[in-house]
Amino acid sequence: MKNVISVEHLTKQYDLGVIGTGTLSRDLNRWWARVRKQPDPYTRIGRQDPFARIGESILALDDVSFTVQQGEALGIIGRNGAGKSTLLKILSRVTAPTKGVVKVKGRIGSLLEVGTGFHPELTGRENVYLNGAILGMKKAEVTRKFDEIVAFSGVEKFIDTPVKRYSSGMYVRLAFAVAAHLDPEILIVDEVLAVGDAEFQKKCLGKMGDVAGEGRTVLFVSHNMGAIQRLCKNSIWLQYGSVRNCGDSSSMVDEYLHSSTISTKIEPSTYPKKEYQTIWVKQVEMYCNGLPTNIMRYGEELSFSIDFECSSRISKPGIGLAIKNDKDEIIINVNNRYQISPKFPQEIIEGKINVHLGQVPLMSGLYSIIVWLGMDPLSDHYRIDDAFTFEVLEYDAWGNGWVPTRNLSRFWWKTDFEFLDSESIDDLVS
Amino acid sequence: MSEKEIKSDEDWDLIITPRKKWWDLQLRDVWHYRDLIGLFVRRDFVSRYKQTILGPLWFIIQPLLTSVVFTVIFGNIAKLPTDGLPQMLFYMSGNIMWGYFSTCLTSTSTTFTANAHLFGKVYFPRLVMPVSIVISDLITFAIQFMFFLAYLLFFYLRGTEVGLTAWAFALPLLLVLMAGLGLGFGIIISSMTTKYRDLQYLVGFGVGLWMYGTPVIYPVSSIPEKWRWVADFNPVTPIIETFRKGFLGAGDASWLRLAYSAGFMLVVMLIGILVFNRVEKTFIDTV
Repeated sequence: MKNVISVEHLTKQYDLGVIGTGTLSRDLNRWWARVRKQPDPYTRIGRQDPFARIGESILALDDVSFTVQQGEALGIIGRNGAGKSTLLKILSRVTAPTKGVVKVKGRIGSLLEVGTGFHPELTGRENVYLNGAILGMKKAEVTRKFDEIVAFSGVEKFIDTPVKRYSSGMYVRLAFAVAAHLDPEILIVDEVLAVGDAEFQKKCLGKMGDVAGEGRTVLFVSHNMGAIQRLCKNSIWLQYGSVRNCGDSSSMVDEYLHSSTISTKIEPSTYPKKEYQTIWVKQVEMYCNGLPTNIMRYGEELSFSIDFECSSRISKPGIGLAIKNDKDEIIINVNNRYQISPKFPQEIIEGKINVHLGQVPLMSGLYSIIVWLGMDPLSDHYRIDDAFTFEVLEYDAWGNGWVPTRNLSRFWWKTDFEFLDSESIDDLVS
Repeated sequence: MSEKEIKSDEDWDLIITPRKKWWDLQLRDVWHYRDLIGLFVRRDFVSRYKQTILGPLWFIIQPLLTSVVFTVIFGNIAKLPTDGLPQMLFYMSGNIMWGYFSTCLTSTSTTFTANAHLFGKVYFPRLVMPVSIVISDLITFAIQFMFFLAYLLFFYLRGTEVGLTAWAFALPLLLVLMAGLGLGFGIIISSMTTKYRDLQYLVGFGVGLWMYGTPVIYPVSSIPEKWRWVADFNPVTPIIETFRKGFLGAGDASWLRLAYSAGFMLVVMLIGILVFNRVEKTFIDTV
């Protein structure tokens, strides 16, 4: 097998914070302020963003090396910010590396987004040509594959209608159809499967499987572990900008999902006391199946543990907890005010409350919790927004190869279905 | 991977490195994407006409109105000379030529900022974008030029003497010079606006001023001797003068001056492409 991609010591450094102010006049103002020994007029006041430190930089990729063989379908996994997207951007030549070399054999087709360059005023037909050319196809090539593209997209009837009149589903289908027929020797795909309905996703995955089967090379970044396992034989696991491990996909996915539950990097969220408070949260931890984490695999038992302190002795504090999704909607809300809850055996000044939520069937995505805490269940509660942020990963919880995806619903219950035929109903009655 | 499988560099089709060689103009790459240039031109053309009532008429109305205003203000009120030519024809010729140059410059000067989204998602030689813009603008010019010819014919039929000369055949060269100058300056500015957005405001203002330094509303022959160097230095001057000499019969046309413009254009283009290619590799990190 020959190598078609060779990544050698790839490093990408991003400078953090505002280095220039973005306009010449402001840069001049800032310079003039410095000359007069006055403070920088463009410093943001009261902003303590850890990522806004001027002059500092982060390594999005740190000395990454690997090779990809022809015909290999390689998955790239890792948490948000691990450097997956940066790697893909460099491979697709959208940005240049800071150090290192990438050597490639054959044409790269990269799909960082579906429908790049679609123009709403143009018809479907015109957009197919334009999008094809943007992705690197020749006009003649598009013409040759045109019928196939249109058939795959299923929008034959509307091909001469401006795409602004398309439904978003049609739009995405047409866009993916163009990309799917790009026929590059190397296909780079970033999470485009997060669009469209389940049916179409299946079609896309199938198409990508075909591409890999034809001896072409596929690089696939996704948070969908099921898809990675199905599609890619091998995977690379990126962590904090470097290759943590690589090898067989199923063991990589397992190791990756596992690592998040045993990683020592997870620190509980801690909070300082504020002057006016009579009771305050010291730290919040999350546990899945009994292990501290900030990542939950679909189907795990979820609990939170809240350490608190108060200004006077209490025996039964009031505790409330709500889970918010990434749209800021509260989807679960619990409070001991509404139910009979245990007391501390004696009056205490400092303690811990464990909130066991059980198997919460949350779909994959980012969530955060709000914590309310009061001196007793009926008193005013102090509220902490975003007390803890966590992620739920898609996971084949039932071991049947089927992974619930978030566009189906907000929750996914494990359900017992009881099937009764008419005879057994009669039996029950009699 | 065994030792045997390690290949020499020649085997690779593409090598991505931190910086490209600064002298590499990458024009071959642009040529490879010529179909895309064509499709961008088509896209611009279609999207400009769809859903406008007057369609291409807009392109005629604009130079026509400007010429009328110039005729009133500069011709009748300020009484600037026009080399003995009918005022409307004189101003219109200057307007459409200058118009082509200034739209090339201003529209290519936003290449990076206006296409940041597209450039952030897919690679193609970035130079494809400004080149396609300059060609799209040529279509606008063609429409305006047809109108100008029709207007010329109208004057001719009314009995005004129209002095077409052999210089008219130089029109393609003049357009190449205009496009090259506009593109060159435009991409230099677009490369700088990735860092300094406010240069964008300077462009509109600067191009406006530049017009007054160019014989658009007055002929070169009316410039006092001591300010003549300004017009001589300005690479757009010979282009407009040659155009007037060709189609109206009065103007200061010479090959030497055109050669100066051509040299100027080549230098600006070269600098522009070099700067542009340098910025294109990482601008997406700063925009």
